[in-house]
Amino acid sequence: MATVYADAAATAKPAETDTDAVKTASVEGPDAKTPTEHGGSGSSEPSTSVAQAFFARFGQSLIAPVLGILAFLGMWALLAPQVDTSLGALPGPVEVAEQGVALYGEWQASNDAKAEFEAAQEGRIAAGTQAEAFEYSGPPTFIDQVFTSLKTVALGFLMASVVAVPIGLAAGLSPLFNAAINPLVQIMKPVSPLAWLPIVTMVISAMITSADPFLPKAFVISALVVMLCSLWPTLINTAVGTASIDKDLLNVGRVLRLGWFAKLTRLVLPSSLPYIFTGMRLSLGVGWMVLIAAEMLAQNPGLGKFVWDEFQNGSSQSLARIMFAVIVIGLIGFLLDRIMMAVEKFASRNRTV
Amino acid sequence: MAKVRDFWIAGRGVAAAVLMGATLAACGSSGDSSSGEKVKAAVVDGAVEKPNLKFGFIKLTDMAPLAIAKEKGFFAEEGLNVELEAQANWKVLLDGVIGGQLDGAHMLAGQPIAATIGYGTKADLIAPLSMDLNGNAITLSNKVWDMIKADLPKQADGKPKHPISASHLKPVVASFEQQGKPFNMGMVFPVSTHNYELRYWLAAGGLNPGYYTPGDVTGLVDADVKLSVTPPPQMPATLEAGTIEGYCVGEPWNQAAVFKKIGVPVITDHQIWNDNPEKVFGLRKDFAEKYPATTAAVLRAMIKAQQWLDADNGKNRPEAVKILSQPNYVGADYEVIAASMTGKFTFEPGDTRDAPGFNIFFDKFAGYPYYSDAIWYLSQMRRWGQIAQDKPDSWYVDQAKAVYRPDLYLAAAGKLVEDGVIPEDSVPETDGFREPQGGFIDGITYDGRTPNAYLGSFEIGLKEGQTVTASGVTGG
Repeated sequence: MATVYADAAATAKPAETDTDAVKTASVEGPDAKTPTEHGGSGSSEPSTSVAQAFFARFGQSLIAPVLGILAFLGMWALLAPQVDTSLGALPGPVEVAEQGVALYGEWQASNDAKAEFEAAQEGRIAAGTQAEAFEYSGPPTFIDQVFTSLKTVALGFLMASVVAVPIGLAAGLSPLFNAAINPLVQIMKPVSPLAWLPIVTMVISAMITSADPFLPKAFVISALVVMLCSLWPTLINTAVGTASIDKDLLNVGRVLRLGWFAKLTRLVLPSSLPYIFTGMRLSLGVGWMVLIAAEMLAQNPGLGKFVWDEFQNGSSQSLARIMFAVIVIGLIGFLLDRIMMAVEKFASRNRTV
Repeated sequence: MAKVRDFWIAGRGVAAAVLMGATLAACGSSGDSSSGEKVKAAVVDGAVEKPNLKFGFIKLTDMAPLAIAKEKGFFAEEGLNVELEAQANWKVLLDGVIGGQLDGAHMLAGQPIAATIGYGTKADLIAPLSMDLNGNAITLSNKVWDMIKADLPKQADGKPKHPISASHLKPVVASFEQQGKPFNMGMVFPVSTHNYELRYWLAAGGLNPGYYTPGDVTGLVDADVKLSVTPPPQMPATLEAGTIEGYCVGEPWNQAAVFKKIGVPVITDHQIWNDNPEKVFGLRKDFAEKYPATTAAVLRAMIKAQQWLDADNGKNRPEAVKILSQPNYVGADYEVIAASMTGKFTFEPGDTRDAPGFNIFFDKFAGYPYYSDAIWYLSQMRRWGQIAQDKPDSWYVDQAKAVYRPDLYLAAAGKLVEDGVIPEDSVPETDGFREPQGGFIDGITYDGRTPNAYLGSFEIGLKEGQTVTASGVTGG
């Protein structure tokens, strides 16, 4: 890929943005590599055709998205100051970026405070004025809240998968069982997380009565709500994938007298795996959305609480901080989706059956 | 990480709680002194049993004693490791304390009282410390303010004469009624100080704020002005949206309306009732019984914080405002919080007046949980129908003694006096009842020993023998 960059730099300079695009593309990886890159664009070619070639190659994959983002940022910067709220004008991209930096600074300050607290505590324990070590009880920063949310969604998603995949397999293999659970699934599926929340809260509050439980109640409540809402895509996809297995395969299995377990692991699972992972990918997306809503309503630690607290603060920076949180929520959602996509691809890489 | 065995299932938890209650009932020390006798301090000694604590609060400036106790190290001095967590609204906060997610909280005085008498969620909560005096105000939308402004009596300097009576709202309410629109105002919780103060102000001006019927929490029977619940931080936004025409709330949300130019504060609660008791520190009764030394340590830290807040005519207030403006506490802008916490209060822009008593945390025995304060709240609950039936005076006294716990306050404050941390004359010697109090906007005197006679002196409000049904007030 280095050759591409060298070519562009050596020839009469293309437009500024194009150079940037080429630079980025050169680190992007092998996706962009095509045969013409190596042979076609020699240094003797006129620069216009090089630019054209790049545009043709990266137009859709890079230039268009970058232009789209730039156009959005431009519109945002232009229009936001015109909206006058009771907290001042709507913040533009620059203010939001500033708050992003400020939030990072707060995290560092909090880390320093924590280190100081722990050092002082060690001193007190050594001096015998304090019996046991305490956990640092400072306020959670934005970055702490991000990790809390990620942990919660991971637990909820894990529980959902553990429950949904076996039920889905059973439903796919047995039309009778499928018919039995179908109405329940259809009714539970569209229920909003906010409707589950009071029920889950009351049940968990009644079940965990210890003063110092293994997992904090709020964490369990959020994770359970995520599970209840993200169960369904995995369940339905698994059932569909299992049901749509090639009948010939099953017949072959019967001929070979495969046992129940062998049938499941050799035939059913491999052929329904892509469906299962597609379902899980959808589930994770749903879970992430549900989690933010649940955290906002129940005031459970996490990004949702961060957004709600900032809304309640109503200070002149609150809106910018909320917008920064929205962007981070979006990016994390996107990232989770990409990770699941990669897993999905990996799972279905060599479909031999 | 704690152990898995801490995952108690419900049955075991209940059994344990019952056992605990039985053993502790014997050594419980409630303030059952008969009237006239001085309240004695509870006996507390031993080390802190539960150093790791989590307290809840609502984003209001009167949560300051908690923030200061943490940030200035008063909790740490007592060997406590305290986490403070903002709550979305008073209901979430109350459920958190009752459910045990929170060990205690900054509470509306009415909350532990209502929980104890079983109005709303029934639970045994206590209030061993009053957090502050005053601190609230009533704000009207710009539209309504423009309608009444011309009729207000003026001072020599042309500014409106205070206190402004709600009677000036009468023509506005009438004109709303003619157009078939309800006149709505916001308050923060059905048993909040704000609800009773707003009702007191409206009723003193001849406007009926409506009665509660049993099982109904909207309180709109016979209402001239319709009150509804909105969480404090959302008040300005709700006013701006036009859903309500005014509200009664704690700071900084009145000053926020001034800064955002969406409304005008017309009266502070100090003008409705001089030095009225406000928030309390509330916790579960079983917590205080199980962890007496911890409770005393918490109270000592908070009393120190209260003293710090009021020290030397408020020299620490700017620092306190700076702490409160952190996003994890109140989080509003410094100027907005400072507007009410540093001895001034802004009504309309350009009309800033001295208000040295707007927030009192320590002076005037602000921290002492007087039985008579609890009885005032109970009297207002009866006045507006939240207590459906007549009760004898002794019932009021018994309920107040179950919730307000000056014995616990004295145990903590006594230790501080002994150690020379707070002056001896900052702790009152009393039977828990204040002398008959004046200082109300309608000129009525309140004596906590005779709540029924007090109820009889109101023009608007339930009288002896009266009950409320959906169609109106009956009996009496």
